[in-house]
Amino acid sequence: MQTKLTRRGALLLATLTLAGAIGSGPATAATELVVYTALEADQIKAYKEGFEKQNPDITIKLVRDSTGIITARLLAEKANPQADVVWRVAATSLMLLDQEGMLDTYAPKGLEAVTANFRDPKSPPAWTGMDAWMATVAFNTVEAQKRNLPKPESWKDLAKPIYKGALVMPNPNSSGTGYLMVSSWLQLFGEAEGWKFMDALHDNMAVYTHSGSKPARMAATGEYPIGFSFEYRASSEKAKGAPIDLVFPKEGLGWDMEATAILKGSKRVEAARKLVDFSVSREANEFYAKNFAVVALPGVAKPLPHLPETIATMMIKNDFAWAAKNRERILKEWQTRYDGKSEPKS
Amino acid sequence: MIATAEPGMRRRRLGASRDDLIMRLGLGVGFLLLTLTVVAPLATLLVKAFQDRAGGFVGLANFLAYAESPALLRSLHHSLFVALLATAICVTLAFAFAWCLTRSCMPAKGLFRAVALVPILAPSLLPAISLVYLFGNQGLLKGLLFGASIYGPIGIVMGEVFWTFPHALIILLTAFATADQRLYEAAESLRAGRLRTFFAVTLPGVRYGLISAAFVVFTLVITDFGVPKVIGGHYNVLATDVYKQVIGQQNFQMGAVVGLILLVPAALAFVADRFAAGRQVALLGARSVPLAPKPSPAVDAAAALFCTAVAVVIVGIIAVAAFAASIKLWPYDLSFTLGHFDFDNVDGGGWGSYRNSLTLAGWSALLGSLFVFTLAFLVEKTRGLRWLGAATQLLALLPLAVPGIVLGLAYIFFFNAPANPLGAIYGTMAILVLNTIVHFYAVAHLTAITQLKQLDPEFETVAVSLKVPIWRSFLSVTLPVSLPTVFEIALYLFVNAMTTVSGVVFLYSPDTTLASVAVLNMDDAGDTAPAAAMALLIFTTSAAVRIVHTLVTRGLLARTQAWRRRITEAPREA
Amino acid sequence: MVTLADVPVPVGAAMPRPEAFLRLVDIAKQFGRFTALHGISLEVFKGEFICCVGPSGCGKTTLLRIIAGLDAQTTGQVFQAGAEISALPAARRDFGIVFQSYALFPNLTVARNVAFGIENRGLARLRVRERVAELLDLVGLAEQADKFPAQLSGGQQQRVALARALAPAPSLLLLDEPLSALDAQVRARLRGEIRALQRRLGVTTVMVTHDQEEALTMADRIVVMAQGRIDQIGTPEQVYRHPATPFVAEFLGRMNVLPGRRLPGDRVAVGDVTLHCAAGACEGTTETVTLCIRPEDIAIGRASGDCANMVSARVERLEFMGSYYTAHLAPRGIAAPLEADLSAQAVRDLALRPGEWVEAALPRDRLRVFFGWPR
Repeated sequence: MQTKLTRRGALLLATLTLAGAIGSGPATAATELVVYTALEADQIKAYKEGFEKQNPDITIKLVRDSTGIITARLLAEKANPQADVVWRVAATSLMLLDQEGMLDTYAPKGLEAVTANFRDPKSPPAWTGMDAWMATVAFNTVEAQKRNLPKPESWKDLAKPIYKGALVMPNPNSSGTGYLMVSSWLQLFGEAEGWKFMDALHDNMAVYTHSGSKPARMAATGEYPIGFSFEYRASSEKAKGAPIDLVFPKEGLGWDMEATAILKGSKRVEAARKLVDFSVSREANEFYAKNFAVVALPGVAKPLPHLPETIATMMIKNDFAWAAKNRERILKEWQTRYDGKSEPKS
Repeated sequence: MIATAEPGMRRRRLGASRDDLIMRLGLGVGFLLLTLTVVAPLATLLVKAFQDRAGGFVGLANFLAYAESPALLRSLHHSLFVALLATAICVTLAFAFAWCLTRSCMPAKGLFRAVALVPILAPSLLPAISLVYLFGNQGLLKGLLFGASIYGPIGIVMGEVFWTFPHALIILLTAFATADQRLYEAAESLRAGRLRTFFAVTLPGVRYGLISAAFVVFTLVITDFGVPKVIGGHYNVLATDVYKQVIGQQNFQMGAVVGLILLVPAALAFVADRFAAGRQVALLGARSVPLAPKPSPAVDAAAALFCTAVAVVIVGIIAVAAFAASIKLWPYDLSFTLGHFDFDNVDGGGWGSYRNSLTLAGWSALLGSLFVFTLAFLVEKTRGLRWLGAATQLLALLPLAVPGIVLGLAYIFFFNAPANPLGAIYGTMAILVLNTIVHFYAVAHLTAITQLKQLDPEFETVAVSLKVPIWRSFLSVTLPVSLPTVFEIALYLFVNAMTTVSGVVFLYSPDTTLASVAVLNMDDAGDTAPAAAMALLIFTTSAAVRIVHTLVTRGLLARTQAWRRRITEAPREA
Repeated sequence: MVTLADVPVPVGAAMPRPEAFLRLVDIAKQFGRFTALHGISLEVFKGEFICCVGPSGCGKTTLLRIIAGLDAQTTGQVFQAGAEISALPAARRDFGIVFQSYALFPNLTVARNVAFGIENRGLARLRVRERVAELLDLVGLAEQADKFPAQLSGGQQQRVALARALAPAPSLLLLDEPLSALDAQVRARLRGEIRALQRRLGVTTVMVTHDQEEALTMADRIVVMAQGRIDQIGTPEQVYRHPATPFVAEFLGRMNVLPGRRLPGDRVAVGDVTLHCAAGACEGTTETVTLCIRPEDIAIGRASGDCANMVSARVERLEFMGSYYTAHLAPRGIAAPLEADLSAQAVRDLALRPGEWVEAALPRDRLRVFFGWPR
């Protein structure tokens, strides 16, 4: 009888433990900061650890996805925000969120050291820039030779019929890289000319990918010979041994800033501010400089392999305010024109 | 005297015993839980389809908006085309394969059967990734496509056929197994030729199996989005439209609309399948004599050849994924590496995702099998409250008609509603476990019911007459006797929890990223090799668990179920 | 002044007589529009072995399930040991039950099957073991205690089921076609064993069977049921010798059935033949009657004696039945055929052959008369 009872007791205990284990979320010893980011997966770890080492009482809970997805998600959650901080998401997206009145203003410690165009002109700023990334074309030399494709020098070259079916670019609806390209072409060539250019480009495009990284990776494996991507991904693929050259079209490179902002309604503002402070710190900028040629603090950037030292000068003069304000309209127009060739997720 | 005044004439009802009350209570709880986890979410989904983003009622506006966009008709057309084609090919192949396994005397049937069921252990993304390596622009066998692109309907159909093949095969094997030797003997005695016998006896005998298989495959294909997502290129289908609306544009209302559209073919298939399943059972009379095939060298050789071809394709597709996962840079650097298994530097949540998937699969298998079996027992055996039993049975089968992606979406709406106190489980492992169990509930439930029906219906009566409480007879007789079935259900839930994408893709949180979803996200980011590595890891895990399951069934059950082993030793009557 | 006798007493409210251990009062069962049982009343006395017998669909199993509380009667009452149990669920009634399928728990050994109902009831483990051993001894299966049911023969399994049902010492034992799944030989042996066991334990028993031979050999009293009604209750001899209805007459054993017309003076005209019946047996209201006589009651001879009820008949066929023969006869002047049983010796002595004419005597005291013609 006694053994029966103990067995039953043990069973009950197990059931309870089990229910507990399933029901409870993660341990909540430290402040948990919910952070939405569009940072590349292979860079996250170092940044997260860097911050958490300095702030052992704060843990970062990251939600990572493409810029477009993160932006759409934040907009969808507008009434009931889940995130405390938007970390390293395209500045154009943050400006859009700011226009929607979703961002809290905060001037981080050390803001004055940040290069002027990496700062929100408002005071106190709603967002703070961290580094810049720019459009780069990955050109697979092996496949190009097979297909007899000349190495392009300009964006306009890429619209020539010879490249038909050879191009891949990210869908601007989902990818921040995609949007900065579209925005840059419209700024470089003017609206009418820009759309005409994209019409021609569209004829050459094999597929629009979900993420900004994928075109570089597709070019790296030669799945398609030419991928529109950004400099970090293109150079890291080249570093892994892919037979690709990095092409920086001569008209100029579209670019965007990765920036950080605090969401209005955050219940952990103190911790959120610490993350923003960290984002503009010299230490953080040194992290950025490992992957990005252009960073917010002057004098920290250093040359990166496979990238020209003069890359900063190739960047177009970017009108972020315009790009943010017209984002929705441009994306809608783009979608009506070209969506048919998108990957299912856009 | 008025009749009703007589005590003897009063209409009688037996009082409820404590067991009756316990079982009715249990059944009620089960019904309530299924209502909460199946009906309520679907109802919320239905409501959402008629609301705008702010939650105001807009009538059919969402439907009209979607109908106006050419995307709908295109996707609908694509979905139907792909699903019909895949169904035709898959069912034909599975039919031939099942025929070879049951009606020929070819060698190595066990091996062929085992290999044919392998695809069930892999996420649907795996064949899609392999197909990219085989037929993509840099594909090994690109030439076989004669210039056509794998990205699009060709790739989708190939991937889906691979993935749905075992599902069709299992159904058809059951259908073929119900054949009655006497019919064939009758045909032979009437001097009917092989072909005539085939059309007069074989085909009619499995027709319901064929219908059932066709509908199951059709539903699986039209609701799957793993394959079209990876290899569909810009060939949009309904399932990817839902995903696109919800994840890409965070447009949940439109997602709900497409989800409802997706519900229609799935629900129709469900009804047709239940109809066919009912008829198939009736075909097997109690006096049927199982068919023993006769050897025929030519036929057996052809059968072996065909099955070998199918087996080679299946093994080949898995092998290609293994190859993709273990070389440095396709196609330029074919040196071996394990580097792609370093998931922590790619999207999808790293090794944590894999651990989460194991946790999910483990809990789903454990809780799911016990809950499913217990509730099936209550549905079968509860005395009184018959309407409740029937209603619970209906709810238990309903998930068969609900595509995973629709269920996942419904779960967001239901559990993420601010007013819902159950919202606490949103974003936790619990909601994933719940969603997985519910998603695969119907098949598990049917399996349990079938087992329970095979037990002597008087077990409970005897227990009652012996004054043994129901829970004790359940624990000491019903459950132990049905242990193989419970394990079967657990395995089914485990494997599906490992491989499913569609149900959980909307529900995972940063803490609960899953391996199968990671495959999807890695592929999205262009990390195809790590995606292949993760898919392979999922496959290996499922296969390992399957093997362990077989060993356990043989080993442990041999000990605890000695009675089962010794049945053949029963002595003749003295 | 109103006396007690003036108060109308409801039928069902009558106090059960003290000696009836199980009492069914006016039990009816309705399945939708189908009436399975019409007002069944039955008293079973303590220690009695009752067999409910009838063709399939006669309602006997339904009756058993109502006694057990497995199904609810539509109307009527059940009393057991003086207490009304009409509305009690099975779990709160006192009975043991054995089914045709045995329903042994396949995963438990013989001993554990028998122990199933007495374990975990506060009984010391040793006592449980003793009781199990006692019962297995009783059914002659002491050696098989550690085997699993599937290792036993059908007869052995049924004995385990019996031991299991008897283990908690129920005051009522219900047997639902317990022998139907067994071979003829085993069945015959088990009949005797069960009957002996029941006598020894003195447990009140209700058995349901469709096998008249089983009922005749085992029961203290037989309840013959047809179409949801009780046709007759009585000892085996009573129901066999004096069937209350043509149905009972035909269902229990074999019977020759002769439709006829009543004549004055205890006579009945069957076809062209006039038969004499026992004095007073034919006094009734209808002109049409049915005469019944069992094959073993017909005497066959060569010479036409002067005794009454002699009928000439041609031997159509002789059926070899092992220890005896059945002669199929075509009586002169009677449309219905007759069957008569003869010992092997009688056949030899008479040198009977098909096609020959014989004289058949239908003794008047063996003729049963029913009013009306058979359905």
